[in-house]
Amino acid sequence: MLELSRVSASYGSVPAITDISISIGEGEAVGLLGANGAGKSTTLRAVSGLVKLFGGKVTFDGIDLATLPPYRIPELGIAHVPEGRQVFPEMTVQENLEIGAYTPKAKADRARTMELVYSIFPRLADRRKQLAGTMSGGEQQMVAVGRGLMLKPRLLMLDEPSLGLAPVMTDVTFEKIGEIHKMGTAILLVEQNVSRALSLVQRAYVLESGNVIMQGSSAELANNKQVQAAYLGI
Amino acid sequence: MWETLAQAVINGLLIGGIYALVSIGVTLIFGVVKIVNFAQGEFVMLGMYISFFLATQFGIDPLVSLVVSMPVLFVAGVLIQHFLIRRVLGPNDMPQIFLTFALSLLLLNLSLMLFSANYRTVHTSYSDEAWHIGGLYIPVAKLIAFAVAMALSGLLWVFLHTTDLGRAMRAASQNRDVAMLMGINPNRVFAVAFGTALALAGAAGSLLMPFYSAYPFVGQVFVLMAFVAVVMGTLGNVMGALVASLMMGIAESLGIQFVGADSGLIVVFALLLLTLAFRPSGLGARRSR
Repeated sequence: MLELSRVSASYGSVPAITDISISIGEGEAVGLLGANGAGKSTTLRAVSGLVKLFGGKVTFDGIDLATLPPYRIPELGIAHVPEGRQVFPEMTVQENLEIGAYTPKAKADRARTMELVYSIFPRLADRRKQLAGTMSGGEQQMVAVGRGLMLKPRLLMLDEPSLGLAPVMTDVTFEKIGEIHKMGTAILLVEQNVSRALSLVQRAYVLESGNVIMQGSSAELANNKQVQAAYLGI
Repeated sequence: MWETLAQAVINGLLIGGIYALVSIGVTLIFGVVKIVNFAQGEFVMLGMYISFFLATQFGIDPLVSLVVSMPVLFVAGVLIQHFLIRRVLGPNDMPQIFLTFALSLLLLNLSLMLFSANYRTVHTSYSDEAWHIGGLYIPVAKLIAFAVAMALSGLLWVFLHTTDLGRAMRAASQNRDVAMLMGINPNRVFAVAFGTALALAGAAGSLLMPFYSAYPFVGQVFVLMAFVAVVMGTLGNVMGALVASLMMGIAESLGIQFVGADSGLIVVFALLLLTLAFRPSGLGARRSR
């Protein structure tokens, strides 16, 4: 479904990712793991068109995403929940969700999708009139994920959903992501919390300094000595 | 004494409605497109001339010509955004400053050339009309202008909060990149924001025409107050700009009444500095996250 072949991208003159090749199939859950600054977020931004590629190609269902302006990419069914949540702070929870279904296709099903999102995150239903900027980090993460779901995505890209969350909120967040995956949405999960991520995804890529240094099934990676030493603290 | 005070407050409130239309436009452009439009006052001036010529050539009441000045300036705004502003949007904001400043100078000098520096007025049946309530004097033309200004501000609020395009504008003003992740086309949103802002300036011009003279530099009077109100009401905050504009109108009027006929602005700027000393981000800023 999503295919990155030898993608390179940079901010200014410093290359952030070089020759990254990854792929995700329909309904799969794939991890993109590694330390801070490894290029995980840049990889997602390359898919969304928020950073210009200087090499390689990103395709979704065979469509070259470089041929589309960034705001046309969500129409294909790719939702990107950005790092640090980035909800619209001066909008209510409900407005954040509504704007998540801005593309014509998502708009047609807006009311129904919103009910689904509220059933996944009942807490948001209680807070629908609250300004998103006044909520706790964990609640904002729910808004951000819910807003992504409003697009009715085929691929949900999540950038560090556990960032800055208390352990109990991280549990809740990962549990919800698992539920969403079970409903048939493909997940591309960027995480520093490697053990957590490996328990959720089926396969993963490990990034270091902008390169894919390892890939494999979750079980393989969890048993890999190098991964254990570098990321799992074993 | 109380009557004088009440009268000054009323005078200020009524003109504050016009300031609000101008400042809401400035703050909308700043909030959404992230540029300062120094030419906003000149679009008020153009709105006035549109109403002036429609009144003198075709006998159309300035309040009616609102339905011409607003769409004309909306289209002008969309075109200016599309062909000029869009090209200079980028990390460096100097070109944007010079662009809107140049636009202001161009429009000023063009109107000097085309319309001359003469003061133009339109006399309507209600221009000299006034209501006397208690000991208070309420000029009808200014009251109508205020009422229409508030109605248009209310319509804008409804647009921003209940339509998808309006919400997209607010989303783009809060986080442009994430707005794109929602599928929002920023260029489209910017064009609508710029057009809407200019339409409001045009409305201000038409509403002024029954009681105010049109001349090429007239916009400068209003844009100064608008900038004060935009800063005081928090940059990019429509409701803040509206409230601050009404406050500034009242402050100016009180200054004229109690400090001196030429000293209205002393009170306005004193109030601005005082506000910024205690609320550096303006009245519309949320204090806690």
